[in-house]
Amino acid sequence: MLEATNVVVEYAGRGWRSKGFKALHEVSFGIRPHETLGLVGESGSGKTTIGRAVLGLVPVSSGSIRFDGRELVGMPRRQRRGLSDDIQVVFQDPYSSLNPSMTVEDILVEPLVARRAGDRTAASQRVRTLLDQVGLPHDAVHRLPREFSGGQRQRIAIARALALRPKLIVCDEPVSALDLSTQARVLDLFISIQEETGVAYLFISHDLAVVRHISHRVAVLHRGGIVEYGDAAKVTERPEHPYTQRLLMAAPIPDPDRQAARRQERRALLASEAVA
Amino acid sequence: MTQPVTQPVGVENLPVRRGLLRPVLRNPLAIGALAVLSVIVLASLLAPLIAPHSPTSLRLDQINAGPGDGYLLGGDGAGRDIFSRLLYAGRNTLLGAAIALSVALALGVLSGLLSGYYGGFLDGIFGWGANLLMALPTMIVLLALFQALGSSIYLSMVAFGVMLSPGFYRLVRGQVMAVKHELYVDAARVSGLSDPRIIGRHILLVVRAPVVIQASVVAGIAIVVQSGLEFLGLGDPATPTWGGMLQDAFTNIYTSPIAIWWPGMTIALTVASLVLLGNAIRDVIQRTTSSSTRLPKPQPVVALPPVLDDRESALLRIRNLSVGYPSGAEVVHGVDLDVRRGEVLGLVGESGSGKTQTAFSVLGLLPPGGTLLGSSSIQFDGAELARLPENERRVLRGRRIGYIPQEPMSNLDPCFRVGQQLVEPLRAVAGLSKRAAIAEALSLLERVGIPEPRRTFAAYPHEISGGMAQRVLIAGAVSGKPDLLIADEPTTALDVTVQADVLELLRDLQTEFGMAMLLVTHNFGVVADICDRVAVMQDGRIVETGDVRPLFADPRHPYTKSLLESTLEDSTPRTRLEVNHA
Repeated sequence: MLEATNVVVEYAGRGWRSKGFKALHEVSFGIRPHETLGLVGESGSGKTTIGRAVLGLVPVSSGSIRFDGRELVGMPRRQRRGLSDDIQVVFQDPYSSLNPSMTVEDILVEPLVARRAGDRTAASQRVRTLLDQVGLPHDAVHRLPREFSGGQRQRIAIARALALRPKLIVCDEPVSALDLSTQARVLDLFISIQEETGVAYLFISHDLAVVRHISHRVAVLHRGGIVEYGDAAKVTERPEHPYTQRLLMAAPIPDPDRQAARRQERRALLASEAVA
Repeated sequence: MTQPVTQPVGVENLPVRRGLLRPVLRNPLAIGALAVLSVIVLASLLAPLIAPHSPTSLRLDQINAGPGDGYLLGGDGAGRDIFSRLLYAGRNTLLGAAIALSVALALGVLSGLLSGYYGGFLDGIFGWGANLLMALPTMIVLLALFQALGSSIYLSMVAFGVMLSPGFYRLVRGQVMAVKHELYVDAARVSGLSDPRIIGRHILLVVRAPVVIQASVVAGIAIVVQSGLEFLGLGDPATPTWGGMLQDAFTNIYTSPIAIWWPGMTIALTVASLVLLGNAIRDVIQRTTSSSTRLPKPQPVVALPPVLDDRESALLRIRNLSVGYPSGAEVVHGVDLDVRRGEVLGLVGESGSGKTQTAFSVLGLLPPGGTLLGSSSIQFDGAELARLPENERRVLRGRRIGYIPQEPMSNLDPCFRVGQQLVEPLRAVAGLSKRAAIAEALSLLERVGIPEPRRTFAAYPHEISGGMAQRVLIAGAVSGKPDLLIADEPTTALDVTVQADVLELLRDLQTEFGMAMLLVTHNFGVVADICDRVAVMQDGRIVETGDVRPLFADPRHPYTKSLLESTLEDSTPRTRLEVNHA
């Protein structure tokens, strides 16, 4: 459904003759309908840039991103706006991704009205269905985002993304700002929505455990390039690339004995790398 | 991972949405100002109905007469009724101010929106225009225009509006630049909204409040400047205005000194109400945005096992610690906690559980307004910290209690080199000479695993990575060889691989110096990695304490259980999707 080949994103340097910064080097990946592709990487690895490139929020320098056969790179903005029916987004920060001065109803109705002009009654009917879908009560519609907790705000953001029944949702670290127990519930919400609606996710996270939980396939990013790409079980449990191995070893396990063992493994891994 | 996801999440006791108007109407200052303004505006609008006389009818016997005898406020230099003229003049003066304000608003807000949203070339042009207008001396330009355009005050008010527009331009442009990169604007773009719609819906809403405030002040200025021009004798003498009346009263000040009061007071009242109204709106807006703290719901403590120690072995003894804020919120309720010498105690909880507040109480660094309540007691090595004077506490902080913050970058001063920030406390606390302090700082940097200590020593904070910055702060925290190290989420802001290195370093240092450590975190993996004992906090209370192994193997409190169940570590990965899925 989405096919990215050799995508390069380069930010122009500031000032005369300064060299640009290459955020992505020739990245290629694909997402099929109903599927979750997890993108995992540390800060500065370019994982957020990939998401923004798919959304058309950063210019792509070369390469191609095709969605349902249509080329997204170089598509004019007016035409691109038509694609918002199909590609949506949930951002990391549930505090700044919702306009603080709009009610939940305004936030959810907006994309509906913008795309299919008029008919507010159908729109508010849809808003109720959406709230049901993300597990929020109907009386939430007249409240402002600041009256909700982080997890609830993220549910509102998910409802907004679902409003136009998209085929693909780009999820940029959607649970990183949430508490542990909220995180688990929101992830399960993502999964159950996928099972209900068949939407595909491009799921970006720095947390290998989160990515493993939700993804069918995983791509590991390091310094702007994909170093490992494959089935979730394989990449997150028996990684082949040394960087993925380091990443896996670094995540502490919430179990003192197993963590002690992993610590030993990590030391051995680092030592062997230092020798090599 | 077990809870049904469709279950509605509690939002029962939330306040219903409030508009901006209602809180403004609850502010006594705003009500007063609004009342005065509406009386003045209404009286001016209804002048033909209210005014007892025509503004132009003369009575020779009333020239410069005092109040009374048919003329409520007396007569002016030509024998006209001052009261009636004040009412009629209000229409002209307020209309003039409205013209200036609308022109300034239209030009300034529109150009500010476009300039801030699109930036680039457009921004350059508008910026030049605004700077040029601001560089012109307003009064002189207006006086020159009078010469060129004739005596219509309205035309000069249009010109004055243009001169005022850069104020709005700059205000709006700044606000737009600030919100342009907010995620909700990106989200709107992804939703397929057109640019005019994004500007109109999302951005205009944000700049609305500051523009309203500025507008009320500018309206006041417009009235003052307009009246000033008329007072100087510019403007049409045939139309009554407050400034013109002021001038008339001034020329007759020796024969009728009281007449200058009426237009003077009217102008002063109007302008003061406008400015006070602006202030009141600002106060209300600031209050609504900062009043989101709510009281945590108290929950019964189910099983608090008695794992408190005898006095001898506990380095830090916290008893019945409660922390409250002036708003009435109590964020920590009666916490008991012990940290023994040389042990690492993990304080775990979710956001809002009070774990950081507890740690800050020990340091004596609670945010402004935070106070220890009731019989709160914090004993450090036998000394009672809760009642220690601030200067003695400060000595303790550097030398015997070290602190590692959550955000390494914001805890280094960007204006000073890294080395200086390490040397300074070493000299102040340990009393080392400059040379000795530098040597000590370098050896500390080496100790915390910084590859090139000299280069980092001479670097500014923005030149080093987050992981390096955290190592520098750890170096600073252990420089006084403290007995107790308090670490507030020391690895939360770091990448996983860096986090593992930093934990490794903390463990080494802890064994090397035999320090006790109070580690605040939300991550059970970190706890499992480094802690000897754990205390779990929820809603300002400790719900469970115990040694790490038994607590992980057999959590007793339901909250601890649910937290441990929420970890995703052992969840099975989803299998590869078959191409033709259901």
